[in-house]
Amino acid sequence: MGGGDTAGRLVRPFALTGGRTRPSRADFTLITTVTAVDPPPTWATRPQPEHQRILRRCAEPIAVAELAALLDLPVSVVVIMLCDLLEAGRITLRPPHPVSRNQDMNLLQKVRDGLGRL
Amino acid sequence: MADSDTITRSAPDTVKILIAGGFGVGKTTMVGSVSEIAPLRTEERLTSAGLGVDDLEGIEEKKATTVALDFGRITIGEDLVLYLFGTPGQQRFWFMWNDLALGALGAVVLIDVRRPETSFAAIDFFERRDIPFVVAVNGFYGEHPYPPEEIRDALALPEHVQVLLCDARERGSCRDVLIALLDQLIASAVQSDGGGRLTPGGP
Repeated sequence: MGGGDTAGRLVRPFALTGGRTRPSRADFTLITTVTAVDPPPTWATRPQPEHQRILRRCAEPIAVAELAALLDLPVSVVVIMLCDLLEAGRITLRPPHPVSRNQDMNLLQKVRDGLGRL
Repeated sequence: MADSDTITRSAPDTVKILIAGGFGVGKTTMVGSVSEIAPLRTEERLTSAGLGVDDLEGIEEKKATTVALDFGRITIGEDLVLYLFGTPGQQRFWFMWNDLALGALGAVVLIDVRRPETSFAAIDFFERRDIPFVVAVNGFYGEHPYPPEEIRDALALPEHVQVLLCDARERGSCRDVLIALLDQLIASAVQSDGGGRLTPGGP
């Protein structure tokens, strides 16, 4: 029971996350790249439809922000579902290049050269 | 195929640069001019949880609000992708910039010469956090009534911050602004390296 007060409304984004509003992992930034694990682990259970949508979108590596934009969902909602998928062993993630005060000269030069080719 | 092979499969390294400035100054236009994809819009949902009461000033009647972020992408190489994020233009969403600024290489602050004061908050933000930035003056209709030095004086910018004139609608112009930012980053990296085992490509 419960949830009767939402009857007749459109599905709200956080209904997709079982009411959770906080990711269990803080390591998904906007430019963290996620990739579906293919083939899925043998112990994987059938994902929910929304999780399945995400998995389809990250068959190729994709940044969290792009994923959210393409799914037309708030980043925070997507991150919660990504946490589920990470815990289920269905995706891998690559954190963004670390940026420190002493910036990596090779990286800067590479970006500069790339911009020069535009 | 072993699991370790699937894990390392071709996910690129990612970096980001912020495009900041007041509301309507041309941030999304700039992102769109240099991005290889049409600018994407994503929404970040902000709730009162975790925010000070003062932060919600102006949006008191709402418990949650949504801030839109426009962003674009430039593939630098097979293994490196640069993302450009336009910061939310409304000043009351400044707290969003903290998360955005984390891990950014640097920023471009766009200025509208007709109302430069709308970009003061952005300059202030990056100065206080020691985030490197360049100032790009977006000439509306391609017009630039003031020379860069006059703008530098008016904004009281330190010598190492470059001021460039640009047209946010022009791809080449926006590219040059980004290159100027990278040159500035490289110059300061060489400096902090103590004169540098590596030297920048430029003269």
